[in-house]
Amino acid sequence: MTALTSDQPAIAPDTDRRGRSGARTGAWTVALIVALALSIVVSVTLGPAQISASEVWGSILSHLGIGESSLTTLRDGIIWQLRMPRVLAAAAVGAGLAICGAIMQAVLRNPLADPYLLGLSSGASFGAVLVIVLGFSIALPLAAFGGALGALALTLVMAGAIGRMTASRTILAGVAVSAALGALTSLVIFWSATGDTYREILGWLLGSLAGVTWPMAILALVAIVVVGGPLMLSAGALDAFAFGDRAAASLGVSVERTRWILLGATALLTGCLVAVSGSIGFIGLVVPHAVRLIVGARHRVLLPLSALTGAVVLIWADTLARTIFDPRELPVGVVTALIGAPLFGLLLLRSRRIS
Amino acid sequence: MTSRSPLSGAPLRTDGVSFSRGGRMLIDGIDCTVEAGSLTALVGPNGAGKSTLLHLIAAAEAPTAGAIELGGTDARSMRRRARARYTALVEQQADTDLDLSVLDVVLLGRTPHLSVLGGPDQADAEIARAALGRAGAEAFSERRFQELSGGERQRVLLARALAQKPTLLLMDEPTNHLDIHAQLHTLGLMRKLADDGIAILAALHDLPLAARYADQVIVVDHGRVVASGAPAEILTPELIQLVYGVRADVLAHPVDGSPLIAFSPLETDPTNRVVRRSGGDDVIVAASGPRGRR
Repeated sequence: MTALTSDQPAIAPDTDRRGRSGARTGAWTVALIVALALSIVVSVTLGPAQISASEVWGSILSHLGIGESSLTTLRDGIIWQLRMPRVLAAAAVGAGLAICGAIMQAVLRNPLADPYLLGLSSGASFGAVLVIVLGFSIALPLAAFGGALGALALTLVMAGAIGRMTASRTILAGVAVSAALGALTSLVIFWSATGDTYREILGWLLGSLAGVTWPMAILALVAIVVVGGPLMLSAGALDAFAFGDRAAASLGVSVERTRWILLGATALLTGCLVAVSGSIGFIGLVVPHAVRLIVGARHRVLLPLSALTGAVVLIWADTLARTIFDPRELPVGVVTALIGAPLFGLLLLRSRRIS
Repeated sequence: MTSRSPLSGAPLRTDGVSFSRGGRMLIDGIDCTVEAGSLTALVGPNGAGKSTLLHLIAAAEAPTAGAIELGGTDARSMRRRARARYTALVEQQADTDLDLSVLDVVLLGRTPHLSVLGGPDQADAEIARAALGRAGAEAFSERRFQELSGGERQRVLLARALAQKPTLLLMDEPTNHLDIHAQLHTLGLMRKLADDGIAILAALHDLPLAARYADQVIVVDHGRVVASGAPAEILTPELIQLVYGVRADVLAHPVDGSPLIAFSPLETDPTNRVVRRSGGDDVIVAASGPRGRR
C-alpha cells in the first residue's frame, strides 16, 4: 500500500475506459431505438391478415398526412384502427413499467421492487374495475391512480408495521396486498356479471391489450410523455440514493420529499398504464436489472434505456400473446411471466455470485 | 431560541444542539466550534452520540433544538444543496448494492454542484479525478467499487466527499477496521487536508492517534460535551478514567516527546467480572480477565 504514486499513468486508461463505456451506451441507445421502430412496424404486419411492412409504412405516412394511401379501407382499418393502437399501447406500457421499476428499486433501495410485486398494479386494476363496473363517475386513470397509491401506502405501512422496513418485508407485504386486491377485483367483476366474466378477470389480473383503441393508446402515450418524461430528470437524485438515505441527504437531496414525490409519480404512471392494460408483471422487475447488467447502474443512462427495452419487450410479448394461439388470446402477463420469471431467477443467481 | 449573531465565520459552530428520538435524548445541548484548517477529533465511548452529532451537522437529521452555524450562517436558512456544497460526510460503513465504478462513486460528490437538467461534465470528471488523487485512491480509479477492500473503499468515499469541495469535512470513524498502516495513512491524509485549509471534524476511537494528529479534541459522553481543547490538555489520565473507566498513563514519546497514552488492563472484581466503567454509572460486563479496548 505505497500511497500517493504519480497520477498520470493511472488516470489516462480511466479516461479511455469511460470513453469506451460512453460509446457502448451510445451504441445500445441507437440499437434500441432502431429495434423499437422495427418492432412497431413488424409486429403490426403479424396477425391473421397478411400485411406487408411497406403497407404499414404507407398507412402510417398517409395518416400522418404525408402521401396518399393505396390501401383498401379494410386493410387500412386493420393496420390503423386495430393493430397500431395496440402496438403503441404495448410500447408505452412496457416503457412506463420499466421506468417505474427502476425508480422504485432506487428510492426504496430494494432490488425486488416493481409496481406488480408491491401491489400498485393490483390496486390500479381494482380502482379501474370499480369505476368501469360500478359506474362511479371518476375518470378511469384517476381511479386507477387512486388504487395504485392506496395499495402502495398499504404495502409500505404494513412493511413498516412489522419492524424495520427491509426489502423482503416490503415484498411480503406487497404480495399480501396484491393478493387481497386481486381477489377484490375478481369479486367485483364476478358480482357485476356482465359479459365474459372470466376473460375480464384474467385481463385485469394478468394483463391484456386486447381491444385497445386509440383513446386508450393515447392515454398510455400521454402518460409516458407527461409523467415519464419529467421522471427522467430525477436521475441525479436517484444516483444519490445509491449509498442510502444519509448519504443522499449529505449530498443535498431532500430525501423524504424526493422519495414521496417519485413514488407518487410512479403510482400515477402505473395507474394510467394499468387502466389500459391491466396488471402486467415482470417487465418492471426484470428490464431494469437486465439493462443495468449491460450499461451499468447510473440512472441517466438506466432510465431511458430501460424505457426503450421495456417498450420492445412488451411489444413482442403482446405479439406472441395474440398470435400464438390465434384466434384465441393469451393474457400478455402469461407471456411476460414465462419469459421474465426464469430470467429473474438467473439474475438472482448472478447477483449472488457477484456479492 | 437564542440565535446569536455570528461573531466568527468559523466553518462550524453549534449552539445548544439537541436531538432526541423515541423519547431518548441522544444529543443534549452540544456547543462546539471547528476552525478552518483545524483537525478536530470527536472522542467518547460507544453510544456517546458522536455519529448522531455528525449526522445532524451533515443534514441527515434535523436537531430538535439548538442551532448549527456553517461559516457564520444558520444552517436552517441554507438550501440543502448549498449545505451539501459546504459540508461533506464520510460515513462509517457506507455500502451500495449497485455495481458502480470508483469514478461513478466519486462523481456522486458532484451532485450538489450539478444542475437538475445536466449530468456531470468534463470539468466534474476532472474534479473527481483530482479528488481521487488527494485521497490517495488514484490507483484503483478504474475498478468497481464493490471489488475494493474496506480501506480502499474508505479512500474512495473520502474522494467522493472531497469532490463536493467542502469547507467542512465530517468523518465518522475513518480508521475503523483499517490496519495500522492504513490508519496512519488516513490520519496523515486528514492532517494534510486540514493543513490545506479544510475544517475536519472526525469521530475517532483511538485516543493515542487522536492525541497525535488532532489540533482539538472534543470529548462527548451521554450526548454532552465533557471537555474540549488541545489534546495534551484534555486527554489526561483523570478524564480517561472518568469517561471510559480505564486507567491510563500519559507519557512522553521516547523519540519526539509528544504525549503518548498507555492503558492498563481493567481490574477484575472478586466475582471475576470486569468493572468497565467507574464514575457516573458503573457497568458490570460479564467477561473475565484483562481485555484490550476492542
